[in-house]
Amino acid sequence: MSQKQYWQSLEELNYTEADKQLAENEFKEELPFDLSDNILGATTPRRDFLKFLGFSTLAATVVAGCEIPVRKAIPYAIKPEDIVPGVPNYYASTFIDGNDYCPIIIKTRDGRPIKVEGNENSHITFGGTSARVQASVLNLYDKARNRFPSQDGKEATFKDIDTNILAGLAGKVGYLVTSSIYSPTTLDLIEQFCRKNTNIKHVVYDAISYSGMLQANEACYGKKALPTYHFDKAKTIVSIGADFLGTWVSPVEFAKAYAKGRRVSAKDLRLSRHYQIESTLTTTGASADERATCRPSEVAMVVMALYHAVVNGVATALPSEKLKKLVSKAAKDLSNDGLVVCGSNDVYVQIVVNAINDKIGANRNTINWNVTCNTHKGIDKDMVELVKEVQDGKVGVLMFHGVNPVYTYFDGKKLGDALAKVPVTVSFADRMDETAQKCKFVIPDNNYLESWGDAEPKNGFFSLMQPGIAPLFKTRAFQDSLLIWAGESIKYADYWTKYWLNKFGGNQERFDLALQKGIIEPENGFTPAGYVDFKGDVLTALDKLKAMQPEKGTEIVVYQKIGIGNGGAWSNNPWLLEMPDPITRATWDNYLCVSPARGKELNAELTGFTEVNTKRPIVSVTTKNGHTEKMPVLVVPGMHNDVVAVAVGFGRDAKVGRAAASDATKGGKNAYPFIKLSETNFDYSNIVTIQKTTETYDLAITQTHNSYEHRPIVHEYSLKEFSGDTKILLKQRGVDIAEFASLPFVEKGKEGKEEKEERIIGENTEEKYRENGTLYDKYENEGLKWGMSIDLNTCTGCGACVVGCMAENNISVVGKEHVSLAHEMHWIRIDRYFSGNPEDADSIQTLFQPMLCQHCDNAPCENVCPVSATNHSSEGLNQMAYNRCIGTKYCANNCPYKVRHFNWMDFNGADCFEGNLFEDGRRDDINDDLTRMVLNPDVTVRSRGVMEKCSFCVQRLQEAKLDAKKEGTPLADGKAKTACQMACPSDAILFGNVNDKTSKIYNLRKKEQMERTFYVLEHIHTLPNINYLAKIRNTDEIAAHDEVKDIFYTDHI
Amino acid sequence: MFKLIIVPESLKLLFRLCCRNTFALIFILLLSDSSAFAAPDGKTLFQSNCASCHNPLKAATGPALQNIDKSFPSKEWGYKWIHNSQALVAAGDKDAVAIFEKYNKIAMTAFPQLSNEEIDAILTYVDEFKAPVEAKTEVSGTGKEEDYTSLYVYITLALLVIVLILWKVNQSLTRAANEKEGIQNIKQIPLRRHKAIIAVSAILIFIMAGYWFVNGAVNEGRQQNYQPLQPIYYSHQVHAGINQVNCLYCHAGAEKSRQAMIPSTNVCMNCHKQINAYTDNEKHPLITAEGVKIDGTKEIQKLYQYAGWDPEKKKYILNDKGEIATKRLEWVKIHNLPDHVYFNHSQHVKVGKVQCQRCHGPVQEMDEVYQFAPLSMGWCINCHRQTEVQFKNNNYYTIFEKYHNEIKAGKRSGVKVAEIGGLECQKCHY
Repeated sequence: MSQKQYWQSLEELNYTEADKQLAENEFKEELPFDLSDNILGATTPRRDFLKFLGFSTLAATVVAGCEIPVRKAIPYAIKPEDIVPGVPNYYASTFIDGNDYCPIIIKTRDGRPIKVEGNENSHITFGGTSARVQASVLNLYDKARNRFPSQDGKEATFKDIDTNILAGLAGKVGYLVTSSIYSPTTLDLIEQFCRKNTNIKHVVYDAISYSGMLQANEACYGKKALPTYHFDKAKTIVSIGADFLGTWVSPVEFAKAYAKGRRVSAKDLRLSRHYQIESTLTTTGASADERATCRPSEVAMVVMALYHAVVNGVATALPSEKLKKLVSKAAKDLSNDGLVVCGSNDVYVQIVVNAINDKIGANRNTINWNVTCNTHKGIDKDMVELVKEVQDGKVGVLMFHGVNPVYTYFDGKKLGDALAKVPVTVSFADRMDETAQKCKFVIPDNNYLESWGDAEPKNGFFSLMQPGIAPLFKTRAFQDSLLIWAGESIKYADYWTKYWLNKFGGNQERFDLALQKGIIEPENGFTPAGYVDFKGDVLTALDKLKAMQPEKGTEIVVYQKIGIGNGGAWSNNPWLLEMPDPITRATWDNYLCVSPARGKELNAELTGFTEVNTKRPIVSVTTKNGHTEKMPVLVVPGMHNDVVAVAVGFGRDAKVGRAAASDATKGGKNAYPFIKLSETNFDYSNIVTIQKTTETYDLAITQTHNSYEHRPIVHEYSLKEFSGDTKILLKQRGVDIAEFASLPFVEKGKEGKEEKEERIIGENTEEKYRENGTLYDKYENEGLKWGMSIDLNTCTGCGACVVGCMAENNISVVGKEHVSLAHEMHWIRIDRYFSGNPEDADSIQTLFQPMLCQHCDNAPCENVCPVSATNHSSEGLNQMAYNRCIGTKYCANNCPYKVRHFNWMDFNGADCFEGNLFEDGRRDDINDDLTRMVLNPDVTVRSRGVMEKCSFCVQRLQEAKLDAKKEGTPLADGKAKTACQMACPSDAILFGNVNDKTSKIYNLRKKEQMERTFYVLEHIHTLPNINYLAKIRNTDEIAAHDEVKDIFYTDHI
Repeated sequence: MFKLIIVPESLKLLFRLCCRNTFALIFILLLSDSSAFAAPDGKTLFQSNCASCHNPLKAATGPALQNIDKSFPSKEWGYKWIHNSQALVAAGDKDAVAIFEKYNKIAMTAFPQLSNEEIDAILTYVDEFKAPVEAKTEVSGTGKEEDYTSLYVYITLALLVIVLILWKVNQSLTRAANEKEGIQNIKQIPLRRHKAIIAVSAILIFIMAGYWFVNGAVNEGRQQNYQPLQPIYYSHQVHAGINQVNCLYCHAGAEKSRQAMIPSTNVCMNCHKQINAYTDNEKHPLITAEGVKIDGTKEIQKLYQYAGWDPEKKKYILNDKGEIATKRLEWVKIHNLPDHVYFNHSQHVKVGKVQCQRCHGPVQEMDEVYQFAPLSMGWCINCHRQTEVQFKNNNYYTIFEKYHNEIKAGKRSGVKVAEIGGLECQKCHY
């Protein structure tokens, strides 16, 4: 059997000893069993076993004699009218975290928020979410949150603090430093506050800055704002260093729109073409059709070359051949509904990018200047000047809301030291972060799930925020503080109601409806992009670009991880910390990403330090101005050879939270100091020197935890191949299964003619294969049969599904130590495959494949369970009865997809004794009473010793069925949705009843996408209920080559 | 590795015999357990459906049921009456109207879900029902049916002793005869060291201990008949029985939610603002299971304290925050399901149209509520096997085309819960 070659790790590619061992070993760690003949001398001899057996029998008998505890049932004294215990309530609200915006629905059970979903009414996100939005509900129950206001580190009352602050407000010049604020009422209140206190100015500071773009747009279009990008309308997308599917500007919105252009089918072969030029490998680069790498200092050169290629047809000088080819090809394609985006924070680079967009006519179509974006407002210069003033001792009052500059400012340490010179310092932080610790007053703001509020992320697009729970602690809304200090007596909640009621002309009914809907948007969504005049000075900008010479030596790129973002409260969110990074698949840390060739130089090459082995060498990284940090090295294929990369959001102070705290074994290092100030804007790259050390550090990486032993898992074609022969995959599948679709003794047609026809998947081949490929009888599924489809073309690997699943299904966080032992519990993981030559970064193509229980109809796990704890339901679910499981792990061993996870520990403290809490900060401390409030009461919390895996969110299916039964109607398509499906920002996951011939999933499989449909490891007749849609890349060449290298066949048979 | 043990041939035979018998014994035990699943169990059906109003021997809310089927005009009439008596009355059936008039026009609950087979089982059960004989009568021996069990036991024991003595005598005589004739005697083994006896008793002890142990383990954590003392002596009989308050008035969640919901004190106050004394002491004195007399009026006063109600001023007492000064009312939870069980009241009450009494027993006759059913998995499963879903009345079930066709074709009368996946693990465990 031949197959294309994909590899999860460099070890697998080179078929090293470590990889062989991984495939052979049943468990990753050494088991405490001695298999030698000397049984009595073994670690656990037979006599010990008998002792344990005797002890446990006795213990069980004693425990059984204990009295059953008396349980109390305490009803409400006065029941709130809208709460029925056991029935969830949903509230439309808005997720706001600095620049991140997402309209959401809060699910509350018995008065506590337990889950956050996207709001499908929004024309911006259409119900999409990100990993952070999904994880935000855990921040509400974070133990590290400030529980009371404090003055000089001691608890104080709001009254005393207000008196003291009001006394100190007047006098010297003061600043209110906030992240970008796009709440209309809050902006009003800030204005009121500043009007009352004329010496105080409002400064916007964003940890990750877009001021280059803002300034360039002001110069070109007279608007200091970001436009709305329509990735759905773009047929050609060129991104130069912009990770727009992961972290750039508004990834949820972009992923949703981008996916629309990526949904190719045999009937509709239109597919957008995505070029990516970047220094590191990002999720966006992984999704790209064509990708090339350059140094960060070469971006100016690339942009200039692209400008010339678009305008003159000839690209100017470029550092590599591949870049040259790519830029000239892209320039040609761009005239066809093109869109160019660039991640640079340099004004002149962005002016030229604007010029290119103007030349290709993007402003008429793919870039919308009618609806500008308000989520990014920070101008770096303001902050730099402010810090200078603070250092000079000119500032009397400093207030920080939503920002943590002592940590995120590139020169944060100096700012922190200078804060002592300011008489009145106020922080509204939710925890004692690095800045709050240096502030005199800390007045914790409510969590967003406890707040009233609003947002105007785009002009004319409003969204309301309402609380899902009353404030848990003694916290106060930031706006309430402003109102009090502005001398107003009204509460913010009342002010807010009045403000919005006024907008609806006092019509309570319309206001209530809007609040219920959550958003107030133009009915038809976006107004078409009207042409705007480009007034930028391209020639000067091009001159400036020409002057920017590429640097020599190693350059460091400071990037954001898709989970942790710029830090903040996310650094202490165990769900996000344990979510593997899409590209590196590493958890709980940041590290220095280097290319394979560079890795070899740094002793991080294959032999010795491997992805199978957790030990990584530590190197010391030093910038020109002497900032040094020691970091472990991680080899990432697809990195530019002269570039290293490190993520922000790590290296936090212990007071940020126990999970975030950086120490010798976990938590990483702060990467913000690597940022440099070039002229007035922050530059997220820098020149560094790297020195080897002899130390090592453990990194917990999940990709190699499971081995498929090189079996064919994914299917990928270029658009050319696919459009040339849309049946290419059907033929490939035919080779695998068609010969088993007919019984061997059935008469063949004339001279094997029929057999030849059978070699391609036809309408009934799957059914015949199901029937004839096994000795078992066919099982008729009456009523419902659940199925899922996952589109590899639209999956961006963002991880929203992983975190959504954790929140929905009470999945344990196991901590770094256990992740390195392959004990992670994620029911859905996103496998990452590389293809191409690891030595050549430009040749690397990356593929993501979400992998979860396939709910096989002929499941290998079910047959081997000695107690039938896992078995099949009539609805096609592979069921797992936890309390029946005795923990033999046979099922996990027999699962070809490696999706079963064993509870090696009592990770949730489900049956812990009182006071017996984990206090190591390595897990999510879910056995704490506060954190436990996040648990979904409809899902069992699993204890030690049982297997678990994806249940297709059976609690949701049961709920949907029950709702239909109560109404007395058949279950409508789309009523039952899984958590991963709802979390997905790019609609890659579709779920439904395949027995219903009108359902979307049935039509997708059998009609719309039949040509792209495949089942993983179909030829072993597991009959999965999850199908995938093959990846179609809009490129000339697929890096994976056909190769006969099937170790399954060569080694095992 | 293993020592080769040489077993005497006779012992082997004995062992084999014992083994076979052990299996037989286990088989019988299993059979006796599983036989409950085979036919509709009249007793269970009676207890879950009828016992709340009827007693086989005594007239309760409804008449005594023993031999009532003999008074039916016809068997078919009986089925109709039980399925829906009010329909018969409304149709003007003479017999039906007569009965209805006779019992003060109290309508009998309709049981459309009971099949004819099940009704037969119930009627057979009540007809064969015998009043439980109290222990006293047994001792005095005045009853007509004397219990000869002990006599049989004594006779058996005496016979056994005789057999033993005869065997011993026979043995001694044989030995004596052997000695006389010069045949060597086999060495005598004392009884307690006799291998066969040790083996048999060991196996017996093992089986009995195992049976006891397994049964004990299976019943671990179950609380049937649990009747704890509650903070307020709240009589369900007074409320639901005598005063006919609908279950769903207080337990409003039963139709909407997984929890039936314990009513909040403000729901109690809906009525008890007016009703501040218990006046029915003559007709229905309140007495605890321990025999202590309860003053109902005092219990209502307790409620006022929890609800924050001032009975003198007829007003709620407010605290300094302006809220009603309520107190936590900690009821003792009687029906406890393990954490890994998902049970939804609305599925059973609203969709399945199951009567509350089916699981909770005759609550309207309980002053103090106790756990009526074992709430064990076997009990749940049994009901899922026997109960039919509301197949025809609910459009949700239209997706089961095959069953609908079979019903149309007359191949089946209904669909049991088990047949649409009601026995699958993940219907209740997830």
